[in-house]
Amino acid sequence: MALKSVETLSEATVLFAGDSGDGMQLTGTQFTLATAYAMNDLATLPDFPAEIRAPVGTTYGVSGFQLHFGSIEIRTPGDEVDLLIAMNPAALKVNLDRVRMGGTILVNSNTFEPKNFKLANIKSNPLEDGSLDKYRVIQVELTRLTRETLKDFDLNQKEVDRSKNMFALGLSLWLYSRPVEPAKKWITAKFGKNPVIRDANLELLKKGYHFGETTEQFVTRYEVAPAKQKPGRYRAIMGVQALAMGIVAAASKSGIQILYGSYPITPASDILHTLSRYKNHGIVTIQAEDEIAAIGTAIGASFGGSLGITGTSGPGIALKGEAMGLAHMIELPLVIVNVQRGGPSTGLPTKTEQSDLLQALYGRNGDAPIPVIAASTPGDCFIVAYEACRIAVKYMTPVILLSDGYLANGSEPWLIPNPDELTPFNVSYAQKTNKELDGEQVFWPYLRDQTTLARPWAKPGTPGLEHRVGGLEKQEGSGNVNYEADNHELMIKIRAEKIQRIQADIPPIQVYGDPDADLLIVGWGSTRGAIEAAVSRSNKSGKKVAAIHLRFLNPLPSDLGEVLSKFSQHLVPELNNGQLVKVLRDQFLLPMVAMNKIQGRPFGPSEIAEKIAEMVG
Amino acid sequence: MSDKKPESNDTNGRKPTLPPGMVAKPGPTLPPGAKSTSSGPKLPPKSSKFPPGMKPAAPSTEELVGGDGSSAATRADFTSDQDVRWCPGCGDYAILATIQRLMPELGVPRENVVFISGIGCSSRFPYYMNTYGMHSIHGRAPTIVTGLKSARPDLDVWMITGDGDSLSIGGNHIIHIMRRNVNVQIIMFNNQIYGLTKGQYSPTSEVGKVTKSSPFGSLDHPFNPIALVLGAEASFAARTMDRDPKHMKDMFTRAHDYRGTGFVEVYQNCNIFNDGAFFQFTEKETKTDRTIYFEHDKPLVYAGGTKGLRLDGFNLESIDLENGNLGINDCLVYDETSRELAGIMARVYWKPELPQPFGVFYREDRPSYDDLLHDQIHAVVDRLGKGSLKKLLEEGETWEIA
Repeated sequence: MALKSVETLSEATVLFAGDSGDGMQLTGTQFTLATAYAMNDLATLPDFPAEIRAPVGTTYGVSGFQLHFGSIEIRTPGDEVDLLIAMNPAALKVNLDRVRMGGTILVNSNTFEPKNFKLANIKSNPLEDGSLDKYRVIQVELTRLTRETLKDFDLNQKEVDRSKNMFALGLSLWLYSRPVEPAKKWITAKFGKNPVIRDANLELLKKGYHFGETTEQFVTRYEVAPAKQKPGRYRAIMGVQALAMGIVAAASKSGIQILYGSYPITPASDILHTLSRYKNHGIVTIQAEDEIAAIGTAIGASFGGSLGITGTSGPGIALKGEAMGLAHMIELPLVIVNVQRGGPSTGLPTKTEQSDLLQALYGRNGDAPIPVIAASTPGDCFIVAYEACRIAVKYMTPVILLSDGYLANGSEPWLIPNPDELTPFNVSYAQKTNKELDGEQVFWPYLRDQTTLARPWAKPGTPGLEHRVGGLEKQEGSGNVNYEADNHELMIKIRAEKIQRIQADIPPIQVYGDPDADLLIVGWGSTRGAIEAAVSRSNKSGKKVAAIHLRFLNPLPSDLGEVLSKFSQHLVPELNNGQLVKVLRDQFLLPMVAMNKIQGRPFGPSEIAEKIAEMVG
Repeated sequence: MSDKKPESNDTNGRKPTLPPGMVAKPGPTLPPGAKSTSSGPKLPPKSSKFPPGMKPAAPSTEELVGGDGSSAATRADFTSDQDVRWCPGCGDYAILATIQRLMPELGVPRENVVFISGIGCSSRFPYYMNTYGMHSIHGRAPTIVTGLKSARPDLDVWMITGDGDSLSIGGNHIIHIMRRNVNVQIIMFNNQIYGLTKGQYSPTSEVGKVTKSSPFGSLDHPFNPIALVLGAEASFAARTMDRDPKHMKDMFTRAHDYRGTGFVEVYQNCNIFNDGAFFQFTEKETKTDRTIYFEHDKPLVYAGGTKGLRLDGFNLESIDLENGNLGINDCLVYDETSRELAGIMARVYWKPELPQPFGVFYREDRPSYDDLLHDQIHAVVDRLGKGSLKKLLEEGETWEIA
């Protein structure tokens, strides 16, 4: 056996790509887990087609999972890929432009044959026509090696071929010196009831790992040292898990029951899947008949004194608009989660985008402002979900939470929060009448708290506080139906002012990077990692740039104007055609520069760094 | 229909009282004119509206009228201080009065009663009840009551809707609340017209209806609401009319006592835009011949006992009970637990040769959604224990960084 040299890397980006039936998401997830075990910092980007099983071998059926990890701070899934594992020619074709010059491409050479070239619409064999000359290509006969490994197992050809991702996983774990134990444990638990499949997968994982050691094709093996992270207990977390746990935390800390009503929609369905398992955590879930019903059940629950939450993606938000207006009018707490995807219309269901910001801010009839809060990393979804619930109850208002496909499915190492350190979340229901009217004690459902302007929350079952709410305009105080001109104007202003007062709950803005910079980047949502990585890189090369990241999009932080005024140039990168930039120009009358990417993929730090260089020279 | 072979039906000159293939239940065969010996129809046992193990909210300790559900409560206690704004002469007034009168009799503490509505004339209803209530958005009341009852199964929830609200814009939700069988009462005011938007044809308007939006006559085939909800797996469906407060009260009580979705269609006269739509059923001159008030376990007789209904294959036919050839024993004995009979009865709909039926078409013992939901939650808590946030956060693979 040849002695392998070991090279230490500070970071690496690996992309697993294959047919949607090749198990690439699973392979990526297991590689991520092993990487987390190796205590690297990491960020992931699953990228899969909208079709469940697109025709085998086609480019539109390619599913990918990109993972960036390192001993340094990792903020994005990586600009360029160091190692592409392509299970077929289509996967190579689709992802080749993501591989850096000189990067490594590992292909399953058994699939490089005329039939697959035709399916992928490839004219000649890329392994032979010189098109891969700028890369290091490693050909592995994954299909044949898998079949050979499993020849004594009682499995049919289809089952055998389906398992070849485990060989690839074993090989890549070896290549980057990752532990095999987490994958072994997972296989054992997953296929516990099917010993033949279990043993076949374990055997392939082992054979893949050993293949790395024995084959002459690899002369170098890589190591990535543990990252310097804040001390504490960590786990790998996906945005969707963090969001669901943030909701559980809200139920746990406040003691109120939460009802989550949702209609299946990509990429938000996983929230419903996750929460429906948490029935013993004070969470009731309903799979409603449609998007409108989903928000209706949530509003009904909130009327009953529980906290209603509904989750969806952009098209679902469009359907929920009228009900959001009702929630705004009847001033009940409600959380509306939008896991954004590429739009408009059905758009790009499995790709990420930030194009629902204006819909969130303005997408209702009448003047109906609703607080909007956005998560910036997968782990941040936890605290943002918790905050959305807390603000909804404290101010008696619907709150829109913006996540996106990248955050929902992406993962990162997460310092497990201590529940005791969360902001307290107190709920108080009205218990008594609050007004004397003609010598009689009565309950006025719209008699507000003078600080927050929240109205009292009286839940059915409380004697003496019987009252009616509805979508018709209310008389301030009594809450009775009222069509008077002055009252309507007053109520519109009061409801807007109540939302504005949420500023009291927004902490001061933190400026990232060089505080004396001329250029300020203003970001929101999932672009945070890419923006801050770009700022940090640019600062190192002497460029004067700083960044702020907005968690609250409505209301905007009270110190935003002051912070913006300290910088002479402003850049607003967004994964849309320019939405936050419109809002900021409108409010602050500053000549903000828009930077837009609308390709269903997140920004890479280098794209933003290039723009910085262009602006500050 | 059952797959069983037909029992040997007695067919000596008479028609079978049940469709072929359906097993006849030994029902009472009463002599003509005789009163049933039983004290009334075999009704389901009066169940409390609360799921097992769940108690109603604690009664008030304060001196609130009706707060303890005692008979001290009166209609006035359920009447809000808001002016009723329906058009003078509207059928809605009679329905409101009936429900306000019924409330004290039901004995549910006022604070535990909730009225939820959609949009339309009928949906202003909650404003006039001194209970908890919500006037929501068009067609969506079923979704709101589903969420409310799922969160708070202890509450006594009534949903008020109209033919446009529930069968047109809210059509999707009405069918889903039916199949789920959420434990609420649904009172659907059917006036066969859009009132609040000033007189367009509704999904129950007859073909050819001339309205503002159909000056040359409506082309839309109307829904048959009872048949619609039965098709949507309704577990309780009844019909009544605004001009018969006693029957209305009876139907509302039956719906309230039913543990599941109690659907009641009320024929309600819109004297502005569709005056007299139901007069043949509601007015003295024609009512006797044009309606049949039917009850469980009783033969189908009408027109003051002079006429009856019997089965002719899958259809009902009217028979003369006075000409000496046929008697009450020839009439079909109604069974409200038979889905097949409910289907046949529901299809007796605006037929010139048959009376329009009023009563409980169907009742099925089926667990309600909110009961099932909370049973499941209790079972999960029993199995897994009450969830710990800390444990959940640390679930799965974790590692320590020093």
